[in-house]
Amino acid sequence: MSITATDSTSRHPAIRSTTLFWGAALAGLVVLFVVASQFPVLDDPRREFLLPFARWISDGMDFLVDDLSFGLFTFEDLTRAIAFVLSLPLLALTSLLASGWTLPFSEIEVAPLPWFAVVAAMVFMGWRIGGGKLAALMFASFAYLAIFDQWQSAMITLSSVLVAVPIGIVFGLGLGILAYKHSGSERVISPLLDLMQTVPVFAYLLPVLVLFGFGQVSAMIATIIYAMPPMVRVTIVALRSVPGDLLEFGDMAGCTARQMLWRIELPAARDSLMVGVNQVVMLSLNMVIIASMIGAGGLGRDVLTSLKRLAIGDALEAGVAITLLAIAIDRLSQAFANRARMKRPKRSQDRTRVPLSTPAGFVAILLIGALITALAPSLAIYPRALVLDTGPFWDELIRLINVHLYDTLDAIKAFLLIWVMIPLKRLLVEAPWMAVAAGVALIGWRLSGLRLAATLFAMAAFIAFTGNWEKAMISVYLCGTSVVIACLIGIPIGVWSAASARARGVISVVIDTLQTLPSFVYLIPVVMLFQVGDFSAMIAIVLYALAPAVRYTDHGLRQVPGETIEAATMAGCTPAQILWRVKLPLATPHIMLGVNQTIMMALSMLVITALVGTSDLGQEVYIALTRANVGMGIVAGLCVAFLAMTADRLIGAWAAERRRRLHLA
Amino acid sequence: MARTNQPFSASARAVRLLGAAALMAGTMMAGAASAQSVPESDEPIKLTINDWTGQEITTRIMGGVLEEMGYEVEYVQADYLAQFAGLESGDLTVAMEIWETTGKDALKEAVATGKVEDLGETGLEAKEEWWYPSYVKEQCPGLPDWKALNECAELFASPQTSPKGRYLGGPVTWGGHDEERIEALGLDFEVIHAGTDAALMAEIQSAYQRQKPILAWVYAPHWAPIRFEGEWVEFPEYEDACYNDPSWGTNEDMAYDCGKPYGWVKKVAWKGGEEVWPAAYQAIRNFKLTNEDSGDLIGKVDVDGMPLQAAVDEWMKNNEDTWKSWIPQN
Repeated sequence: MSITATDSTSRHPAIRSTTLFWGAALAGLVVLFVVASQFPVLDDPRREFLLPFARWISDGMDFLVDDLSFGLFTFEDLTRAIAFVLSLPLLALTSLLASGWTLPFSEIEVAPLPWFAVVAAMVFMGWRIGGGKLAALMFASFAYLAIFDQWQSAMITLSSVLVAVPIGIVFGLGLGILAYKHSGSERVISPLLDLMQTVPVFAYLLPVLVLFGFGQVSAMIATIIYAMPPMVRVTIVALRSVPGDLLEFGDMAGCTARQMLWRIELPAARDSLMVGVNQVVMLSLNMVIIASMIGAGGLGRDVLTSLKRLAIGDALEAGVAITLLAIAIDRLSQAFANRARMKRPKRSQDRTRVPLSTPAGFVAILLIGALITALAPSLAIYPRALVLDTGPFWDELIRLINVHLYDTLDAIKAFLLIWVMIPLKRLLVEAPWMAVAAGVALIGWRLSGLRLAATLFAMAAFIAFTGNWEKAMISVYLCGTSVVIACLIGIPIGVWSAASARARGVISVVIDTLQTLPSFVYLIPVVMLFQVGDFSAMIAIVLYALAPAVRYTDHGLRQVPGETIEAATMAGCTPAQILWRVKLPLATPHIMLGVNQTIMMALSMLVITALVGTSDLGQEVYIALTRANVGMGIVAGLCVAFLAMTADRLIGAWAAERRRRLHLA
Repeated sequence: MARTNQPFSASARAVRLLGAAALMAGTMMAGAASAQSVPESDEPIKLTINDWTGQEITTRIMGGVLEEMGYEVEYVQADYLAQFAGLESGDLTVAMEIWETTGKDALKEAVATGKVEDLGETGLEAKEEWWYPSYVKEQCPGLPDWKALNECAELFASPQTSPKGRYLGGPVTWGGHDEERIEALGLDFEVIHAGTDAALMAEIQSAYQRQKPILAWVYAPHWAPIRFEGEWVEFPEYEDACYNDPSWGTNEDMAYDCGKPYGWVKKVAWKGGEEVWPAAYQAIRNFKLTNEDSGDLIGKVDVDGMPLQAAVDEWMKNNEDTWKSWIPQN
């Protein structure tokens, strides 16, 4: 890897031995490359010898569903009971917000909460918690839902998010506390979290469907699995960073373990915990589209069915509704956290005033709204005549770009395909697995030690012996190309954003939108402009994975201490020198973290790009889903997870190594 | 697996855990179901909605009829093939369109479990074949005869496939034997699989807007052959022997040297439901729709932009005799 090669400090006495080592390693790998391609087991064991993991998992699943019994009830009864319990709050909220309900023991139909009351209540809450600016944002987001005719679907989506988020938070917090209190359980939880974050959602959708049944509840459970891990991680970190003197104080005051947790540790960690809450919200809304594939309905379904009809404008309108919901809930929860922090010192006198009146006012507005619609039912629905439809505009825009710019885009595409992508793909696909695995393990060994080398090699062997090597290499090629391009675009934009406040404002809006807008919305226009194939997949991955490269670069550059820059200026450095010699080297750890995140996001997009038509692990997971093959899906999902972990561990080890060296120097 | 034969729905089964009283109630409900008044049960019949318009229209028509009969109806969004898992467990009751061309194997497998029942054909006929827009004929006058394809292969080529022509196939899961067809007929083409129906149609629309040649998998009933003017390639006509017997047709050594078969479109249901809603199942069996009606409705929704439910309601109003005849008398 070039990263490691350029890293050695010049004039260092070790440089000769390092060069010698890598020279020998390279020669060894080339020999292995040539020799291994003669032996199927070393080249790609797909046809010779396979471990039937997929069948074992499918059999295990059948056992769980058909045979496992706890005497009084079966395992399936248990999961179905859980699903039933979860369906109750969901049903209550959807009735309240979207579908209306019938009063118990009577025939009286009650309409759902009217749109104007919900808008007013959200504006009120925004104003109380975050002032005029937040109130304006609430008005803009929720009024958009009504004006663009997204109300009904948005309320269905909102209800499932409102149920999934608290459950995700409670379980995340619980697991985090468990891991914090018992280091033994952390050894189990930590790798589990790695898997939950890297195994693509499609891989576990099917087991969830089989166990919990079709419909909204299963979609919600999948959402919780996907959105919970950051909460666990944040909880562990937050509890660990509670200042020691606070804990000592607790001990001296004679707190029991329970009092310590609830009265001291959790309140002290509250600010950090809010970061986890925010992540749960964002990730839950990220799942909206995928959840709709297994029966969640709502906005995600609108996006999918619009795309089916190629009504790209309609899909965009529904997609923007998801983005606005995400941003509104996010800003609201942030403001809530900020307020909690600011108000804490004088909490005792506030207690009587603020917490009472905000919820009370909120509920009062909703009740008044409900009363108004009970008297005048026609007001409950936003008038059709006032609905805006921008669909035709977007469709025409895409048509114009297609007709006039296609040839230019096609030339760029052909160039990149013929000179970069196709050769790289051939190289990776034809390399024997043994050579690649040995090379990766070697790098791991040099960076960290035998343990990392063994882990990396074992993960590669799993991929090879479950028959997924070729698909994994296509995934590596697709993600690799995309990550390089995303960095080439993202890092300079990050530098620009760090240099100018005005640029930063615009860039952050664009990046926020790209991250929360469901990728399906831009997937289909991309196909129209670049045809079905790897190139379209790459464009979609780059668009999605760009954000962390920009954000972390910007953040890293801003973190460079002012005095260092001043010193450099005094020493007579030009702005270009300051950037290249001072700022960028100091920001490198942050930028590498951004690259790491870019890789993770690129891998998580693989499943989505399967919908364009790729032939990689993502496609394998997708095919397994449509063929209802649980084992095949989970095995392919694990392979994706192992690719992600390999990249993560290598970059982590490299960063640690570099920090060590900088320290020594 | 005696459990699945009992007409409990998923939620009713879960309630059983909550106490013996609930169990009693559930049993009594099941007992009531044997009485022959329609509706036999208040349990909702769950119809699946897949992701293409024609299927949703078919499903909403059936749902409308069941509601007319007095049943509780629920529509559940589900993936086309993943829904079989739900039909086996009883989480889902009916899937209205399983196409021979894409779902035959999955259906066979599901019926073999004994938990899923085949409720017969819908009357729709699935046509799927290689398709090109009409303007292509100017550059390749030999079409629609398949023998003209090789002369025009360059016309359809892309940098990735050149010098071979590019044929945009359906998702891998649709099957279709196009790779075999190309080999058996000696065509200079390469199959590129779209990942989804949407991606497939997006590319066709893009080429159509630019009036550029494209050769792709199109099927009917669907909005594409209504919205886009074009024709199907004419391959040697399908016979069972063509797929089973290599010696059939122009290529003595290989099967698949012919076009694709017309396929049935079937209704499929959870077997346990037969005892819960016998009359409803009878009505679903009787359901019949023509390709013309379906194509017409799809065109109204996807091409003219009419709301789907409005189109269905209109059809129900104008075809009362048709759907009333599905409802079993007695």
